[in-house]
Amino acid sequence: MSSSLRALVRHPQFAAGVREMSGVSLGIAAWGLVTGVAMVKAGLSIPLSLLMTFTVFAGSAQLAAIPLMGAGSPAWVVWATALCINLRFVIFSAHWRPFFMRFPRGQRMLLGYLTADLNYVLFMKKFKEPRDDEGQIEYFLGSSFMSWLAWQLPSVLGIVLADVVPTHWGLGFAGVLALLGLGYALMSDKATSFAAVVAGAAAVAAFALPYRLNMVVAIAAAVCIGLMIDGGGDAGRRVLASLMRSKPRGGVAS
Amino acid sequence: MSELESFITIIGLTAITVVTRCFFLVSDRELRLPGWVQRGLRYAPLAALAAVVVPEVIMSQGQLIATWQDARLWSVLAATLYFFWRRGILGTILVGMAVLVPLKLLAGW
Repeated sequence: MSSSLRALVRHPQFAAGVREMSGVSLGIAAWGLVTGVAMVKAGLSIPLSLLMTFTVFAGSAQLAAIPLMGAGSPAWVVWATALCINLRFVIFSAHWRPFFMRFPRGQRMLLGYLTADLNYVLFMKKFKEPRDDEGQIEYFLGSSFMSWLAWQLPSVLGIVLADVVPTHWGLGFAGVLALLGLGYALMSDKATSFAAVVAGAAAVAAFALPYRLNMVVAIAAAVCIGLMIDGGGDAGRRVLASLMRSKPRGGVAS
Repeated sequence: MSELESFITIIGLTAITVVTRCFFLVSDRELRLPGWVQRGLRYAPLAALAAVVVPEVIMSQGQLIATWQDARLWSVLAATLYFFWRRGILGTILVGMAVLVPLKLLAGW
């Protein structure tokens, strides 16, 4: 075990994963710090905050759940909110499946637990199809190791130093900016970008709904508009045509 | 929430992380989703991100913001320009914060 671990750490793709993830780890770290502070400020005890950071390990869901827990919402509301926000991981897991299928179920699920946003984006940009000769899993484990550290260390720091870390200058916005960059990196073609704009508008329009149900409305609206564009029906074709027209100067042809 | 309630909530949140991230990894058999579901799901991840981000940028206390003197708007504008110039997530965060912090601290936006 220890020799295979050593072989893993020495694998060049492990180092590549660590290196490429460290490029964005400052953003993860700022976000982790903010989440740590937010948990304690919302009234969670330090042991519970530590439990949350080491088990839940999902920044956007935690940031959404924390204020609800602080406000005393019922547990199912907190769970429903986190579920909506984490829905994207369900989609990601379908994309991870071919890369992970050669492992037994237990290991597969451990790998799955580590699949956060940024290692998804880095991995899927780098590897187009599953192959077992280019160190894909080593790369994944390297980037996951780095993102885990970059998240957990500042998060613990934030929990312990919650009363000292100043937040009034907008540290928390680093998390939003990280998600923004992530979203831009995921924009693969005009149809998905257009669906994302629809989702953003729907999320604002439905914001008054309880329990962050605006997330569900937004995702449903985006999927509907996407299916409409894909479906080749009359309305969808017209939307698609206008999207194709709308960018006359040297953009990507999709 | 009491300590016990919080504990149970956290355990449930952990289960949600595991279930969502491992959803299509559990079964050994190939899961065949209907074509329209597969196509539709293609749009969901980005939509979820947009649904988290957009309200964080243009709303406060559940209302659309009515002023352009809001540090977040300029921060996101700068971050967006940077991203489409250089395509780096780290730089996007740094540029956004470099615009946000002075506006918040010095201009009080």
